[in-house]
Amino acid sequence: MASQVKQIPVVWYQAASCSGDSVALLNTTNPNVRQVLVDEIVPGVHINLLFQMTIMAGQGAPIIEILQTTAVAKKGEYLLVVEGTIPTAANGMMGTSGEKNGRPCPMAETVADLGRNAMATIAAGTCASFGGVFAAEPNPSGSLGVRDFFCSRGIQTPVINVPGCPMHPDWLVGTIAHILLFGLHRPDELDDAGRPLEFYGVQIHENCPRRPFFDAGKFAKKIGDEGCLYQLGCKGPVSYADCPYRGFNNHTNWCIQAGSPCHGCTEPDFPDKLSPLYQKITEERLARFVLA
Amino acid sequence: MAKVVIDPMSRIEGHLKVEAVVEGGVVKESAVSGTLFRGFEIFLRGRDPWDAQRLTERVCGVCPAVHGMAAAQNLDRALGVTEKVPPNGRLIRNIILACNYLQSHILHFYALAALDFVDVTAVADYAGNDPDLLAVKRFLASGALAPFVPRYEGDYRLDKKQNIELTRHYIQALRMRALAHEALAVFGGKMPHDVGMVPGGVICGPTTDKIMSIIAKVRAIGEFAENVYIPDVIAVARAYPDYASIGKGVENYLAWGVFDEDLDPDLTRRKRYFPNGVIIDGKLGKADPEKVFEDVKHSWYADDCAGAPAEAQTIPLPEKNGAYSWLKSPRYDNAVCEVGPLARTMVAYRSGDEACRAEVDRLLSALGAKADALKSVLGRHAARAIEVKRLAGKIVKWALSLKPGEPFCVEAPVPDSGVGYGCVDGPRGALGHWIEISEKKIARYQLVVPTTWNASPRDSQGRPGPMEQALMGIRVKDVDNPFELARIVRSYDPCLACSVHVLDAHRNLKGAIRIA
Repeated sequence: MASQVKQIPVVWYQAASCSGDSVALLNTTNPNVRQVLVDEIVPGVHINLLFQMTIMAGQGAPIIEILQTTAVAKKGEYLLVVEGTIPTAANGMMGTSGEKNGRPCPMAETVADLGRNAMATIAAGTCASFGGVFAAEPNPSGSLGVRDFFCSRGIQTPVINVPGCPMHPDWLVGTIAHILLFGLHRPDELDDAGRPLEFYGVQIHENCPRRPFFDAGKFAKKIGDEGCLYQLGCKGPVSYADCPYRGFNNHTNWCIQAGSPCHGCTEPDFPDKLSPLYQKITEERLARFVLA
Repeated sequence: MAKVVIDPMSRIEGHLKVEAVVEGGVVKESAVSGTLFRGFEIFLRGRDPWDAQRLTERVCGVCPAVHGMAAAQNLDRALGVTEKVPPNGRLIRNIILACNYLQSHILHFYALAALDFVDVTAVADYAGNDPDLLAVKRFLASGALAPFVPRYEGDYRLDKKQNIELTRHYIQALRMRALAHEALAVFGGKMPHDVGMVPGGVICGPTTDKIMSIIAKVRAIGEFAENVYIPDVIAVARAYPDYASIGKGVENYLAWGVFDEDLDPDLTRRKRYFPNGVIIDGKLGKADPEKVFEDVKHSWYADDCAGAPAEAQTIPLPEKNGAYSWLKSPRYDNAVCEVGPLARTMVAYRSGDEACRAEVDRLLSALGAKADALKSVLGRHAARAIEVKRLAGKIVKWALSLKPGEPFCVEAPVPDSGVGYGCVDGPRGALGHWIEISEKKIARYQLVVPTTWNASPRDSQGRPGPMEQALMGIRVKDVDNPFELARIVRSYDPCLACSVHVLDAHRNLKGAIRIA
């Protein structure tokens, strides 16, 4: 990499997660994973990935030190990516990582420290964006998404939500690239749920290849049937993301194309209000969804 | 006595902490703790049973398909369709999970474990014209070395040429593991968190196009396993021969087995490509899900949560006295057991599985090692590499057995009440799901996951878990760079973020806590 390449420090912190978004990131194709990790993610800019638990070589105190020094020494310069929810029950003791002065560091405190001083925060995946599965009722770990958590701590750092369970790597890499190429998203570039419209501005049902079946009143009654998957519980009518055009895993497939109803995994109401996942949206459920 | 803290452990999935008391350079005591509670068992209660199929996959983004398989078999049983799953459904489930194995094992050896053995900085002197290596060389020259530095220093033993070659393979492996996900997505829809398996079968059937797509991808992965992955494991083994004798662990092995070849409802009789079995005190037997018991003596759960998974509850108690982990301590027939690729290999080898024996013997003879060397850090890596090679071949056979146009799923409505279990082996080992349905809703759902076996805390008889036992007696050359402990912990491929604490009798080191 040429010496005039700009270095953007990035900290990717996993709180209560399944690592699914980290694994999804490794599936990035354009740019590919080598370009993201060691090359220029966009021409002239290299992501200096200071912290990423799934791939980083180091462990232990030296890497906890990275978190602490970055928050201070690079205040306002680094991009924070959070994966997973922030567990707040039992004073944060249901989720700890690392130790400081002999005491376990609650993830909540680490995210607060990092979040307060970041240039911006990207919530990678539905858990970090909205709480998702790990905040499912009755939410035994007191899990919060990043926006709600920042709000509870009075942290003003802007948060861009990149949901999906897990998110498509293009959505995450593209959101970072947008920030690097065009600056932080303007309010009119995000939807009400804080998602970049360039990826989440598409309603799945309206753009679904099975939409003609819906219009013709042809519905699948059981798994494997031809037809619209609405009666099998498809949440496409209340879900927003460009899955129908993008496809997952190097454009190989996506849920509806494979024959599965959409579960609405990019939505703030996933999974609780979109459950049961395999039962159709009733008016009552839809009303609950709209009013929420 | 000083306690050195290596917290958190990276390059694993999840959140775990390991403590070791080191005296005179030798580990005298160790304790392994899970440091994250997510509460799947609690938030699944009251939900539609079918939702467990999708929600339990979210336990792990590295190996969701095995939760898909365990949930599907659990629900098949509770919904009364175990023996009705059509052959296409059974085979496609096998293909989906096997592709997850390919992804998980390749990810583990290269992205998670290799940086403990391979010195990426050797590429600074690279003089060739491989574009990947030139990119790494430019990266090294820039001086911004994260996320590959900081790291432990002082024990990288491959020569420069090998380090450069394995770095090239590291980048190649990242593409191979993504290709395995692409193969999985052909039937699974997407990955991680595929949508392919459902109670009664799978969501889509075979077509010529899908069969060809899977075969092409998997063949490329099979070639990689045979010509790159296995030779790399051998190269690492030759450079680090001492790791063929450390990290032996508990020497009891449990494998539920996986990849159904029939649908016998009795798991001890069902034929599986990776066979079911348990080895306790050297004796081989069949593994029966009824013999699992979960101890919670040292876990942050109420004492009455102990019991068989079919009856157990999950009541968190973060203040509990004497507890040090969010993991329970599962025991099989009152024995502490290791699960995972080594356990599966030991069970298959002892069961007389000829295909497994041929591969294991070939690798051992290439290394000039005896069978006992398998019970080690290197043995676990070798077992994974062999599984990738074998599965890549087997997936092609399964794909060619598919019958386009024939059924792949039966209807599986939820009864008013029912019970079930699904016990299978995932990339990291034995996984069990148990369900009780009441009034068409989930009344109880329990999971006993692989790392809970391997990273379990002490039980009420004071017996340490498998990883705790594997750390005992280990000589730590340099407590500032305790490679030995990190390599042993990672050889189990724990599905939890770990923190390793080392207690040193004489020094209080950087980041250290307390003098005991």
